[in-house]
Order: sequence, then structure tokens, then C-alpha cells
Amino acid sequence: MNAPARMLSYAQAIQEALAQAMEADERVFLMGEDIGVYGGAFQVTGDLVHRFGEDRVMDTPISELGAAGVAVGAALAGCRPVLEFQFSDFATLAMEQIVNQAAKMRFMLGGKVSVPLVMRFPCGSGTGAAAQHSQSLEAWLAHVPGLKVVQPSTPYDAKGLLLAAIDDPDPVMFFEHKLLYKMQGEVPEEAYRVPIGKAAIRRSGRDVTIVATSIMVHRALEAAEVLAGEGIEAEVIDLRTLRPLDTAPIIESVKKTSRLACVYEGVKTLGIGAEISAMIAESEAFDYLDAPILRLGGTESPIPYNPVLEKAAVPQTSGIIERVRDLVKGRI
Amino acid sequence: MPVEVILPKVDMDMTEGTIAKWHVKDGDAVRTGTLLFEIETGKAAMEIEAPCDGVIRDISAGEGAVVPVGRAVAFIYRDGEIALEPGVAPSVRPEKPIPPASGHIPATPLARRLARQGGISLDKITGSGPRGRIAAADIQATLAKPQQAVTDDFEVMPVDGMRRAIAQRLTLSKQTVPHFYLSLRCDLTRLTDCRDRLNAQAPRDANNLAAWKLSINDFIIKALALALQQVPDANVTWAEDGIRRYRVSDVAVAVAVEGGLFTPVVKSAETKSLSRISLEMKDLAARARGRKLLPEEYRGGATTISNLGMFGIEQFTAIINPPHATILAVGAGTQDFLPVNGLPALRSRMACTLSCDHRAVDGAVGARLLAAFRDFIEEPALMLA
Repeated sequence: MNAPARMLSYAQAIQEALAQAMEADERVFLMGEDIGVYGGAFQVTGDLVHRFGEDRVMDTPISELGAAGVAVGAALAGCRPVLEFQFSDFATLAMEQIVNQAAKMRFMLGGKVSVPLVMRFPCGSGTGAAAQHSQSLEAWLAHVPGLKVVQPSTPYDAKGLLLAAIDDPDPVMFFEHKLLYKMQGEVPEEAYRVPIGKAAIRRSGRDVTIVATSIMVHRALEAAEVLAGEGIEAEVIDLRTLRPLDTAPIIESVKKTSRLACVYEGVKTLGIGAEISAMIAESEAFDYLDAPILRLGGTESPIPYNPVLEKAAVPQTSGIIERVRDLVKGRI
Repeated sequence: MPVEVILPKVDMDMTEGTIAKWHVKDGDAVRTGTLLFEIETGKAAMEIEAPCDGVIRDISAGEGAVVPVGRAVAFIYRDGEIALEPGVAPSVRPEKPIPPASGHIPATPLARRLARQGGISLDKITGSGPRGRIAAADIQATLAKPQQAVTDDFEVMPVDGMRRAIAQRLTLSKQTVPHFYLSLRCDLTRLTDCRDRLNAQAPRDANNLAAWKLSINDFIIKALALALQQVPDANVTWAEDGIRRYRVSDVAVAVAVEGGLFTPVVKSAETKSLSRISLEMKDLAARARGRKLLPEEYRGGATTISNLGMFGIEQFTAIINPPHATILAVGAGTQDFLPVNGLPALRSRMACTLSCDHRAVDGAVGARLLAAFRDFIEEPALMLA
């Protein structure tokens, strides 16, 4: 008889992955601002400092560039650092270490070294944190060869992808949507892995393929449920990893449905949807397209503080329903 | 805002027109008065000129497209104006797809592939999507229709604006106008004699060209015009506001042209000499055949003459050309032995049938008109009275 499902929140799932990784491998340690006694800006590290000590759950000064440099150095020296940023927006402060150092070392040194670090980025809007604490900058980092970029949308994937990221010999940028931290989901206790670079089909459908990331996966699934009531069967693909991009399931899905919508929270222009659209246009799926490709992404504006405008700045379920319906009905 | 180039209303009862030919293409610079395109209505070809200087863009109706009056078919962007979005004209969305102006047929990749596999040509398909885009469903619908056997013993010929107008107007006439018909025969003895003498005595210029060469038809035009003056109750048309009775006799004459017919009008024919009518008719007929008539040249009148005598047709009935109240169908001159003063004599006569709109013209009125007409034909000298 099966045991009842073990439910954890997304934040708890990440904490469990961190603890299991540290238990299994003494090279793994955590860095970040206020991740020790305070437990992290979003209480993800919680009381880990009491279990593993201040040498493995290290508070850093308020210098993202400095902390990132320490993480890169530690990784080059054989450690497996996991660096938490308070907000993904502050990745901009650490770009030199991320883009010019972490991403380049393996290539510039002929493969003799690798940089096995993980940077965790709480990201996204919806918490009233305004323009400098609400962005979705994952496409910036996904543009850089040498980095891996993941965006788990469920507690299960958060744990499995984080363990896979810590195992990974290369720098992995781990984007956690702030609105997902409290989301509950089934999370097995054992230390399982979810492979990096594999998308997941969350719902099957014949009429339209919706490729979504992070929290947009859930909004796309809600939209698909409503559309199903109208006889429109949407297939929802959770990208999970932005780099390397798992193109095969998207191509296969579009060949089946002939219509593609990309839904993501980052700014629409030059975002992940542009890459997926172009990839499909270049692929064998092109000949199967029966409608223009639809992109739903963030507006051309900083995330507003006003809660009404904040919602309007990124795709919401109602908008996804409306636009995808138009797409399937041949109105765009 | 860019300036709309619309399909203008060049004729009173015009509801749509066919784009016959574009003289400019998307992106061309135009000046006020530049010839943009030609339209074909039911009756004439018209040339449409640019209303302002600028660059022509967003041509949304290609050659052969049938466009409702007033619909924008292109835009002229003046200096500094930029397109809103490619292909999205800032006008109301057309309720039915319009074939694109360029040779490009908008179709989705899937539709193209299905068309290729199905061996059907995209230009045979009307796209149901935005801006006429062909989607897979349009191809599938076409493929689902029973295919014409390749051994079909007919071909389908596209219908132009004139053909469409003839079909609509005459269907309307035959279905809604209560026709009745009056027939008689007119003796042509004196008329042919008169014609021959007038033609023989026509003054000649330095090149020995005659000043006129009258035909029987010229006499028929004048005779009908004068008969209408004698029976003014027949010089009418039925209209919503009442029966319109005309003071002058404007007589339309059916002229067969390639692909159809025109009915140019000889204005105030009762006032014109036979030679003038003859010259006018030659000019109108020639320009009708070139489709160069102006709308006002085929507008108006209360009656039409349709003469098929030159084909040897002895007698026929014609459908009234709305809004006219009558049409006179004229047959060929035929010879019969008739009793004249108790002896058989060979006489040449032509059969005439007057179709009347009973809403405006009663039997007796129509009969008086036809009898008056016969009197003028049988005694042409009366036309001088």
C-alpha cells in the first residue's frame, strides 16, 4: 500500500535539498546575506545554520560582487558553494563574476578546471516589492554560454533540480519565483534528482502548445482548464531549464498542435519567448504552423509598485485565456 | 493619419466595383493626380487618381477584387507618416477577406504544405483568417469538397463587374417589374425610300465624304422620341416618390460590346435632326465598345431601344432596363405579300414589341405610344411636322 503523499512547500523543498546535499558532501556550503541566524530573506535556509554551523551556512557582507567572487574562487578550489541572492535583481551587481569569470573558466583553461557553483535567485513580481526587487532577469543569464539556467515551477522540481544543480560541474543559475515559495506539493524524502535540460509536459492537448516558465506554468494550466471547457485542448510544457534549452518536446508538440504560445514573466521583447519562437521557425515544426506564434510576456516597463499595475505588467490567467483562445480561433 | 484611398461611387446605383488594374505598387511615391488604379463598374471603367502627394501603402484589394463602395483599398502616407503595423490598415476590419494586391498569397506554413500535398493551388482558395490568410482548415474544406473531374466539358469563366451588374439588374427587373408586351408591324416602304433619298443627297466634303449616312435605327430613335412627346404619359419611370414624367425624350439604345452591353442615352432626341442623332449614336457606340463612356452618358431616360434586326431576328421581347418604364424590341425588316387595293403587293415590314412596366404604363398608354411610333415610321414626313 502506498504511503500518503508527503507534502512540502517550495521553500521547504529547497531547504531539504540544501540539507541533503550538505549531509552527503562536505564540499557543499551555503553563502548569502542574512542566511544564517535570520534564516534568509524568504526563510529558505531557515535553521540550517544550527544544523551545519556558521562555517557551512555563511552570512556574507552586503556585497554581491564580493560574495560571487568568493563563490567562484571556492568552486575553483574544489568546493561546491551555493550562493543565495536576496533578490535576483542583485545579479546585476555580480555580473562580472558570473559572466566573465564563472562562465568562462572551463573554456579559457582548456577544460582543466570547472566552476561547480549554484547561485539561487528569488525572482519575479507579485509581492509589492517594486521595480528593483521584482524583475525576471533569467534571460540575461541564459544568454551566456557556460552557464546553466533553471527555473523550477513545483516543489518537487525545486528539490530535484537543486540537487542536480549542486551535483553539476558547471555554474548553475537557479531562479526561484517568490510567489511559489509557499506553494505546497508532493516531495519525496529521498535525495532524488530532476535532470537539468529536460522540459516537462504538464498537460496534453491537441489544439495549441503553451510553453511556459516558472509561475506562468500554473497560470497556463489554469487557462488550459478553462479553455478545455470551451473545447480547446491546450498542451502545456514547463520549460524548467532555459539553458540548455530542451527543444525536442516543443518541436514535437508544435508538430502535433500547429500553434504555439510562449508565456513568461520576463520582458516580452528579446526574452525567452523570442528564442523559442525563432527556434520553432528554424525547425522542422515550421511547416506545421497554422497560425502566427504568440508571445505573452512582461510589458515594456519596470515592474510598478501600484498593485493593480503590477499585475497588469505581467501575464495573468485571464489574458492567457483570451489570447490563446484568439490564437486557436484563427483571430490573430 | 495616412489618407485613405477609397473605392469611389461613380455611378448612382453603384454598390461595389472591381479593381481592374493597378498603375502603382506598394511603396511607390505618388503626386496629386497620379493615376492609381482603374475600376470597373457595371457599366464603365473609371480611372482613380491620387488625392494627395505621398507614398502609397497597404494596398488591400488586388486586381480583380470586388470591393464595396467607400472601402479603403490603400493608404497614402505623407511625409513623416509611418505605417502603424505592417499590413494593418487603420480602418475598419473588412468583413470579408480581400485578395492581396501583390502576388503573395498569405497562408500559414501548414496550409501551404497541405495545399502542396493535396495538389491544389492557393490562388483558388479564400482565406478565412485575418487579412485573408489561408489556414489549414481552409485547405481541408477545399479538399473535402467533391473534386471536379478533369474531364469536365465546361470551363468556368470569371465574371466581371459589367456581367454582374447585368445579372443583378435584369434579375431584379424580371422579378419585380410587372411586364406586359405589345406588338405590331410597321410598314417600311416610305421609311426606306426616305432614307435612301436623304443618304443619296447628303452633302459631300472635299474628300467626297458624305455628311451623313442614316440608318433605319436613327429613324427609330427619332420616331420613338417624338412618340413619347405625343404620349407624355408613357414618358415616365416608376419611383418610390411617385411616377416621374419627363419633359424631354431621352432615349437609351442598347449597344452590344465584348462581354455584355451598354445603353448610352441620346439626350433630348426629339429636338435633334436625324443626321445629328446618327453622328451621336456612332460616337456613343464606338466609345461604349471601348468602355469609355462616362456615367452621365448612360444614365437617365425612360425607355430603351433594343434592335436585333441586323441578326435577322424577326421578333423578340426585351426585359425592361430599370428604372425605365418601357423597352422597344425591334426586329428585322421582312417582306410579305399583302393585299393593297385588292391586289397582292410586296411590302417590307418590321415587327416591334414594346415591353411596359405596368406600374407606370397601362395597356392603353403603351398602345398609344406604339401606335404613334408606327405612324412616324410609316410616314417619316410626320417627323418634320
